[in-house]
Amino acid sequence: MSNLIKGNKYEWETVIGLEIHAQVKSNSKLFSNSSTAFGSKPNSQVSLVDAAMPGMLPVINSYCVEQAIKTGIGLKAKINNYSVFDRKNYFYADLPQGYQISQYKYPIVGEGKVSIDFKDGSSKDIRIVRLHLEQDAGKSLHDQNPTKTYVDLNRSGVALMEIVSEPDIRSADEAGLYINKIRSILMYLDTCDGNMQEGSLRADVNISVRIPGEQFGTRCEIKNLNSIKFIKQAINYEAKRQIEILEEGGTIQQNTLLFNTNSGKTKPMRSKEEAHDYRYFPDPDLLPLEIDQKIIDKLVNSIPELPDERKRKYAEDYNLSNYDASVLTADKYVSDYFDSVINSDNALIDSAKIVANWITTELFSLLKEKNIEISNSPISSEYLGKLIKLIKEDIISGKIAKDLLIEMFESKEDPEIIIEKKGLRQVTDTSEIENIVDEVLNENQKMVEQYLSGKDKLLGFFIGQSMKKSKGKANPKILNDILKLKLSKKN
Amino acid sequence: MKLDTNTINKIAKLARISLSEKEANDLLKDMNSILDWVEQLNEVNTDSVEPLANISSSTLPQRKDEAKDINSSDEILKNSPDKLEGYFAVPKVVE
Repeated sequence: MSNLIKGNKYEWETVIGLEIHAQVKSNSKLFSNSSTAFGSKPNSQVSLVDAAMPGMLPVINSYCVEQAIKTGIGLKAKINNYSVFDRKNYFYADLPQGYQISQYKYPIVGEGKVSIDFKDGSSKDIRIVRLHLEQDAGKSLHDQNPTKTYVDLNRSGVALMEIVSEPDIRSADEAGLYINKIRSILMYLDTCDGNMQEGSLRADVNISVRIPGEQFGTRCEIKNLNSIKFIKQAINYEAKRQIEILEEGGTIQQNTLLFNTNSGKTKPMRSKEEAHDYRYFPDPDLLPLEIDQKIIDKLVNSIPELPDERKRKYAEDYNLSNYDASVLTADKYVSDYFDSVINSDNALIDSAKIVANWITTELFSLLKEKNIEISNSPISSEYLGKLIKLIKEDIISGKIAKDLLIEMFESKEDPEIIIEKKGLRQVTDTSEIENIVDEVLNENQKMVEQYLSGKDKLLGFFIGQSMKKSKGKANPKILNDILKLKLSKKN
Repeated sequence: MKLDTNTINKIAKLARISLSEKEANDLLKDMNSILDWVEQLNEVNTDSVEPLANISSSTLPQRKDEAKDINSSDEILKNSPDKLEGYFAVPKVVE
C-alpha cells in the first residue's frame, strides 16, 4: 500500500505526529472537588480553586493519577515513579489562573507504543513519546455576539491526558486508525469515555511533507480537531498545500493552523505574538508526584483484557482474520456483543465468521439507520445467536433471515416465535419443491426450450421464479438440484 | 547574568503589564540586583547534590475522587463586570 502523494514534479510522503487530549473519566476535577459532568448550567461547577481565587491551593485527585497510570500500562509504556507538575503560562480568557498546570520535563508516563491494523491484514507500530496529566481550560463561545466572547468555566480544571506520538504516521488513513486504536484502548480501560462529540477526545496534528528518504520538512500544527473525519480532511488538505508551496520553490513557514470545517481548508491562527513563550517552571503549590511501585503493580493486575489480546484470541480460537478480528474488537461493546452471541450456544463457536458477518454488516446497518448504539441493540445477543443457528440448521434461508432480522429489530421478538407465527420455516420437503418446479416449468415452456437449446443463463430465471412461488422459503440447494434434474430429463 | 531593557519589556509584555520608560529602567536596576544576589549561590559546588523540591520531607497530599454539588454560578459570577445568562462576558478574543 503506497502512502505517497503525487505532486506535479515529485512523489511526496506525509509525516504526521499526533497529540491526543483525552479527558480523564472521573467524578471530580484534577485539583478540585467540583464535578466534571458534561452539559450542566454554565459556571455551576466552578470551585474557588477552578476560578483561581487568591489563596486557593490545588490538591491532586488520586483517582486521576491512577487513571493516567492505567492508560500508560495500556499503551505498553514506562510508568515514571517520579513526575513533576509545571506551570505553562499564557493569557486567555478561559484560563483564570493565567497558567495551565501541566507536566513538562518529568511526565507521569514515558515511551510506549500502539499497533494499528490495515485491511490487508498487516499492522504497524506507532511509538508513543509520553503521556502527561494537565488541566483543561474553560470553554469560550465566540459566535454569539459581534464584540464579545462568553466564557463557561465548568470544564476549567478537568483532568486531561495528553498522549504524544512520535512522527511515525504516514497518511490520513493511518492517523484515523491510530486515533481509533487509542480511543478503543481508553474505552476498554474505562479511563476516558471517548466521546469525540462532547470533546472528551481531541487532537492536534503536526504535519510536514518530504521526498521519501530525505530529512523531515518544516512542520505545521493543526489545532483542536474533534472528529476523525475532520482530522483526515485537514491532513489531506494541509499535505497538498505544503506540496504545492514546495514544488513552486517556496518554503513552509512553521505555523499554528486552524481547520475550517465548512470550507475544508486550514488557515493560520491569529498570530499570537510570543504565544509560544510558555515559561514553564515547577508549580510551587505542588510537590513532585511520587508513586509507590506497589500501586503501579496493583494497577497492572487490574488491567482488563485489551483489544489486541481479544484480537489474538479471536484469530486463534475462532479462526477469524486479523482484520475481521480488529473490526470486532475496535469497539469494546461490539466485542462484548460478539462474545455474548458466541457464548449463547456452543454450536456457534464454529460459525464465528458467520456471526461476525451478521454483526458487522446486517446488524450494523440497522443500528446505524436508527442511530442506536450496539449496547442498546433491540436484538439481544441471544436472539441473534438463535437466528444464526436457524440458518445453520437449514430451518430458514439466508434471505429470509435478513427479513427476519428486520422484524426482530422492530418487535424485539424471539426469531423462533416469529417463524412459527408467519410460517417462514424453510421448505426442505422435496415433493413440495418438485411441485413448485413443475408448475414453473409448465408456465414457461418457451424458456425451457431456449434453455435446452443452450441458453444456460436461464437457470437463474427458473430458480428466481420457483423461489418467488415458494415465498422465499424453498431451500436453495434442494431447489437447485431438483431444477437441474428436471431440466436434464426434458432433454 | 545581566538583563537589558529589551528583556524587561518582553517580560512585561508577557505579563500584560505596561511600563513607562522610567519604570522599565527602575525595574532593570532592581531585577539585576536580585539576580546578582541569587547568583551568589553559584559559588557553592552542587555537582553531587540532588535537586530539592521542597524543604519539608512530606509527599504530595492527595484527595479522593468525590465531586461536590456546588451550584457555583451566582457566587462565581458575582465579581464579574459583565455577564450574560450565566456566562462571563469578555471582549471578543478572536477576530
